[in-house]
Amino acid sequence: MGNSRLSKWVLGLITAATLAFLYTPMLVVARLSINKANSVAWPPRGWTLNWWREAWNSAGPREAFLNSVKVALAATAIALVLGTLGAFAMQRFSFFGRNAVSFLMVLPIALPGIVTGIALQNTFSRRIDLGLFDFSVGFGFHSLVVAHATFCVVVAYNNVIARLRRSSPNLLEASADLGAHATQTFRLITFPLVRSALVAGGILAFALSFDEIVVTTFTAGAGFQTLPQWILANFSRPRFIPVVNVLATFVMIVSIPLAWLAQKLSGGSGGSP
Amino acid sequence: MGERLERVPGIETSVVPVGEAASQPSPPGRNVSRFFRGHRRLALAGLLTPPVFWLLVVYIGSLVLLVFAALFKLDPISQKPTTSFTLDNLRASFTEWSVVKVVFRTVLIAAGVTALCLAVALPTSFFIAKLAPKWMRRGLIVSILLPLWAGYLVKGYAWRAMLSPAGNSFAAEGSGGGGFLVSVFGWTPGYGRTGVILALTYLWLPYMVLPIYAGLERLPPSLLDAAGDLGARPMRTFRTVIMPLLLPSIAAGSIFTFSLSLGDYIVPQLVTDGKQRVMFGTFINSTLGAPNQPLAAAYTLWPLLIIIAYLFAMKRLGAFENV
Repeated sequence: MGNSRLSKWVLGLITAATLAFLYTPMLVVARLSINKANSVAWPPRGWTLNWWREAWNSAGPREAFLNSVKVALAATAIALVLGTLGAFAMQRFSFFGRNAVSFLMVLPIALPGIVTGIALQNTFSRRIDLGLFDFSVGFGFHSLVVAHATFCVVVAYNNVIARLRRSSPNLLEASADLGAHATQTFRLITFPLVRSALVAGGILAFALSFDEIVVTTFTAGAGFQTLPQWILANFSRPRFIPVVNVLATFVMIVSIPLAWLAQKLSGGSGGSP
Repeated sequence: MGERLERVPGIETSVVPVGEAASQPSPPGRNVSRFFRGHRRLALAGLLTPPVFWLLVVYIGSLVLLVFAALFKLDPISQKPTTSFTLDNLRASFTEWSVVKVVFRTVLIAAGVTALCLAVALPTSFFIAKLAPKWMRRGLIVSILLPLWAGYLVKGYAWRAMLSPAGNSFAAEGSGGGGFLVSVFGWTPGYGRTGVILALTYLWLPYMVLPIYAGLERLPPSLLDAAGDLGARPMRTFRTVIMPLLLPSIAAGSIFTFSLSLGDYIVPQLVTDGKQRVMFGTFINSTLGAPNQPLAAAYTLWPLLIIIAYLFAMKRLGAFENV
């Protein structure tokens, strides 16, 4: 392509506009969180840290935040175990139904949240009769963990398998040639290789779970509320507008550095779900 | 998605049992590893069973139950599903125009969002991958991706605040002014379909930029030079050289933008006024809240089938290979 100066400038301007488009809404919310007026009207009037203090001191958001963290930690732990096992199986072996397994991994995140949510809600509310004993899963912390782990598996899986694909199989052969047995090879070669991919996958799975709202709405039940649920429930209450602004800003301040770290650890483009 | 990442052939058959004869001492791990080396199938089963069991039982099992849930009659008095079979829910879901209309509109909006994302992502990722100074590239692409992690509701909320027209109750609390758009640009589409498309494009744009950027990065610059040397103008090079090679990347990106937009209903609700049911998800949700669980289950078959069909179509375009 003739890289004329003009087309370079035009495309550069479009890129700058794209970045402005991506960051303006977030900056607007961040600015509104220190707005003196109880409003989202622009321009804001003066500034204050009162809303931050109020958000910090109110019990509702804090409890919801802790609930979100607990669910995300548990779901991430399960997803890391399942995703890593799956990645090793897919990378080290060829077997019948391999494509079906990779499709199965992706499906929970490819299907719309409302499908996943209603399907899981329907299952959890049902009485499941296995002949010997019957039970129903019910709703609360545990049902949320099961639901979140299901769609977080793919993130852990993607990160680990990307790393395994990039690392040379020669390393394993060299290790075996030098007399190491499989457990030693795993401890000394394979695990150090995938460690940072595990951390990156863990961070991304955590972020995905922490942020999720659709499946959460359907599988949380009445007695349990995560931070996104609290935010959603209080959107329409004018009294809470400033607190919602603060929480939104807080979520951005916490998650963006984490995402940056995950990007760095996963070593490139393998990081997105 | 896993398939987007490169596939190196020949790794499957690694871990060759060499060096077996060289070592005499037998540490505890030795027996375990020898056992698994002799029983590769067992090792595979051990690795594969937990994730596949989980996904089959929890997820596929639930999807199957969901299809069955659509086949039950609703008790008109208790509003709970009964155990008698009926095809009425399916008939209502797939033949009633009032339903099909919302499905059409939702598919159109998802397709429009995908087209908009593509229109923004192509020039942006071309600039980042090919024209920007080398030292800026990584920083630029990370800046495009970071907003993905800023929180879904946060971004929906930001658009609700920005789109707010003057005098709207959401903005007017405490002051009379409108949101960011109306006071900076003097214009806002307000709450409605345009707002939905704008907000969804905003939400999913990075998912389109990432695979296109990766595809362009792999595109050898010599191809572009060759096209130029042979006399092709930029637009022709773009149409006949770049686009065909980028098709799998675009297909991969469109899976995200299309399927995420298709199923979304929370942000669309935030940027519409009150009772408008713009997206099919809102429609399903209000049916579920009616409460008519069997009918809602029958409605969810729409997005389920559309997305599965879309995934297969994009697979044919190469979305799962080497992207």
